[in-house]
Amino acid sequence: MSKYSKIIVFFICLWPIYSISYSIFDNSLGAEPVKKITHHFGEWTLIFICLTLSMSPLKKITNSNIWIKYRRMLGLFVFFYATIHMFTYIGLDYWFDWKPIINDVIKKKYIFVGFLAWLLLIPLAATSSQKMIKLLKKNWKRVHRLIYIIAIFGILHYIWLSKTIFFGPLIYLIIIIILLLFRIKFNKSSTKV
Amino acid sequence: MKKIKSSEITPEIIYKNRRKFVQNLGLAAGSMFIGQNFINLAQASSNSIEQEITEYRYITTYNNYYEFGTKKSDPVENSQNFKTKPWNITIDGEVEKPLKLSVDELKNMFPIEERIYKLRCVEGWSMVIPWLGFPLYKLLDKVSPTSKGKFVKFISVLDPEQMPGQRYPILDWPYKEGLRIDEAMHPLTILVTGLYGKELPNQNGSPLRLIVPWKYGFKSAKAIVNIKLVDKMPTSSWMKASPNEYGFYSNVNPRVDHPRWSQASERVIGGGIISPRIPTTMFNGYGDEVSHLYKNMDLKKYF
Repeated sequence: MSKYSKIIVFFICLWPIYSISYSIFDNSLGAEPVKKITHHFGEWTLIFICLTLSMSPLKKITNSNIWIKYRRMLGLFVFFYATIHMFTYIGLDYWFDWKPIINDVIKKKYIFVGFLAWLLLIPLAATSSQKMIKLLKKNWKRVHRLIYIIAIFGILHYIWLSKTIFFGPLIYLIIIIILLLFRIKFNKSSTKV
Repeated sequence: MKKIKSSEITPEIIYKNRRKFVQNLGLAAGSMFIGQNFINLAQASSNSIEQEITEYRYITTYNNYYEFGTKKSDPVENSQNFKTKPWNITIDGEVEKPLKLSVDELKNMFPIEERIYKLRCVEGWSMVIPWLGFPLYKLLDKVSPTSKGKFVKFISVLDPEQMPGQRYPILDWPYKEGLRIDEAMHPLTILVTGLYGKELPNQNGSPLRLIVPWKYGFKSAKAIVNIKLVDKMPTSSWMKASPNEYGFYSNVNPRVDHPRWSQASERVIGGGIISPRIPTTMFNGYGDEVSHLYKNMDLKKYF
């Protein structure tokens, strides 16, 4: 039963791939298709960050462990979509023209934090297996707290690329702040206990 | 006064077939006699790049016009019921003969010309647009600016009832922009009343907007109600929103980045998925015509 539910969740998580493929073949990406594809995967990365961060609060709220089963998969989808997002920018937008890309990474803070967030995802993806959890023991939890920093970098990446304060990034900022506040609250109450 | 019907100007099919490439500037490269109006076909210059005219559907559905919302698709969706008639414009301030007139009167004051200009957005994309309008200097000559008229301030309409974006403090409403008098008097600077041989759609700034082709698109204010000659450099809405990012001049300049993103290259609208970026050119390719305006100026400082 749980095995099937994982498979179902997996295919649901591929929704961003289906939807963008449809738009590409339907030729309905509009005036700036490359930007649209880049932003599509960027936004889905943020959505998956929020989903991943929701699992342990949901566990506490519902008193059910079921959520944690999906956390790893959701986290890996964060890395998956972040990687596609980055390669859309490098390949489709800049055609692997490294000079302006490197320039952007060094000089432009929104690219810099975005790239940094992607780099920080690598150790998380690499240590996501059951084997690694056992191997790293207590340190595993420490390493995986990087997701909080990644979430902050991710939302900064979105805020800084916008021309002025927009609703879109603001909504994600609020959601991420709420999800991070849960941690502080829970950690406090758990230390009390 | 006879009004130009959109069908009397250039039929869209000609635009489609013309496949005109942007070449060096030649004002009045050809002229047509239509009714009582001359249409001068002017071509914008863009030194090293050859670009086709952008499709009408992109020009009219991909807009930055925050009065109607911040998404690119908002202006076309939210502006269709916007009332542009009647519409009065006041030209006043440091002038000897202030004017107050309707857009229809203004349209009949000067021959309508067609100008094909490249538009470069500060966000890093560009279009090539066939505008209809007349040079601003012709209007300014009519009102005789005084010696104190050193800058021209453009004020757009304030109407939160009709403009949902103005209900939020996204920018300092009404939208304000400004030019130095010599920039405003430059023959490339035009007031626009139409595009693609048709009336200006609401989402593109109807009934009257500015176009300054060597500056980033946001300098070209839409739905203008007041043109005011002033003594001191006006503060534009974007300067007020973020003074270290949006300067008064805002000339297209690949060597001066936006603090948060590069301005070295741009995406061409309508190019499709497999289209490369193109390098951005100084003054959007109009350097031969306008660089003398900025002689001895540090364009990094006066961005």
